[in-house]
Amino acid sequence: MTDWSGYIGLILQGALVTVELTVYGSLLALVMAFVAGLGRVSRFAALRWLATAYIEFFRGTSIFVQLFFAYFVLPFAGVTLSPLQAGVLALGLNVGAYAAEVVRGAILSVGREQYEACIALNLTRWQSMRRVILPQALLVMLPTFGNNAIELLKATSVVSLISLTDMTFQANVVRAQTGNTLVPFATILVLYFVLAMIIAFSVRALERRMARGLDGVRS
Amino acid sequence: MAEPIIAIDGISKSFGSFKVLDSLSMNVMPGEKLALIGPSGSGKTTILRILMTLERIDSGHIRVEGEELYHLPGNGGFLPADERHLARMRQKIGMVFQLFNLFPHMCVLDNVTLAPRLNKGVTRAEAEKRAMELLDMVGMSAKAKAMPAQLSGGQKQRVAIARALALSPRIMLFDEVTSALDPELVEEVLNVMRKLAAETDMTMLLVTHEMGFAHDFADRVLFFDRGRIIEEGKPDEIFRNPRQERTQTFLKKIIAAGHRV
Repeated sequence: MTDWSGYIGLILQGALVTVELTVYGSLLALVMAFVAGLGRVSRFAALRWLATAYIEFFRGTSIFVQLFFAYFVLPFAGVTLSPLQAGVLALGLNVGAYAAEVVRGAILSVGREQYEACIALNLTRWQSMRRVILPQALLVMLPTFGNNAIELLKATSVVSLISLTDMTFQANVVRAQTGNTLVPFATILVLYFVLAMIIAFSVRALERRMARGLDGVRS
Repeated sequence: MAEPIIAIDGISKSFGSFKVLDSLSMNVMPGEKLALIGPSGSGKTTILRILMTLERIDSGHIRVEGEELYHLPGNGGFLPADERHLARMRQKIGMVFQLFNLFPHMCVLDNVTLAPRLNKGVTRAEAEKRAMELLDMVGMSAKAKAMPAQLSGGQKQRVAIARALALSPRIMLFDEVTSALDPELVEEVLNVMRKLAAETDMTMLLVTHEMGFAHDFADRVLFFDRGRIIEEGKPDEIFRNPRQERTQTFLKKIIAAGHRV
């Protein structure tokens, strides 16, 4: 009979790495989403072009290749990253590209009459965006941001391929040492699910909080 | 004779192949209350939207308080106005919309104070004091902390009027401000406008289908058809003795639709 407690501890250590990757990756993705999403609706053609290039490149290539690029190819350009840094960079840029389109779509979903009210009140473009458009658009973005964050959580498992000791990596270690596949993988299956639920519920709570007073009514 | 506060000189505007305004000229005197009436698509709302810089003109000139709205002098002629110039010109003008266009994520008080706080350099306390006076004037001070979604259409429109007034414009544009309201809510908004007309010397341009109100409110009525003004005069002349056949037909249709003249 195998004593599982040590192995479960190993997997929980991996879970911490997964959480770390998810949190930092999501933060980077969030920043990229707003930078590129606002870039996409900019009145400057150069900014629109840059944002589009970023989005299409990172949506159009595999996360796996991006990760290997960040970890194994960047050192040739003089940039050496730790596995965690490479993981955060690849995940953040990749998911940020998807989320940027969410930001753009949400901004465009705010009715034209809101922009017109801003002009009539003589607000600048930035004031309008910051005070009127984005607060309303944020509510539209949130549910999809939740999806993006869960996608990012699940994508963290690819970092085990650059020998970062995340949850999936540790499950493989346990499997190799015990010869048992069921226990480690059933464990991380549940853990991934629990982490995803935490994200889903947090986003929903945030959504409810922000929707307070709006009552789903646009006037 | 005094200078016009708004001088519109031969402006044209097309949406695609549809000519909304056809070399239209008109003057508005300071303090004048002007009603713009006419069938839909005749260009009356477009005039207001152009004055508020929500639409650009294809040709012609507009002067507000003697200053070009869309042009800057340069190169021995005129150059298109930049955003800074437009922002300065917009200070003279306020607008109230058919669908209120309140900001749904802010309470009534924040809706009214947002622009003054951001753009007129007033403190929050000053802005709120002035906002409460304005909300009081439109009978909405009791709802200062309410969210727009909690208000009726008439209440929303009164807040929208207070919001536009908070920037102290010289010219107010009212674009069919009662068209979206249930009939029983129309009067509360019209009352606010009567009060404004009586208590201020603001210049007001009003696009409306409320002919009875236009009759009582306006110093002068302009009848629009197909992008031109085809008849203008004192309310009594236009409503009692319209000379143009198209004005007569339009007024008959409006009366048949149940509007009081």
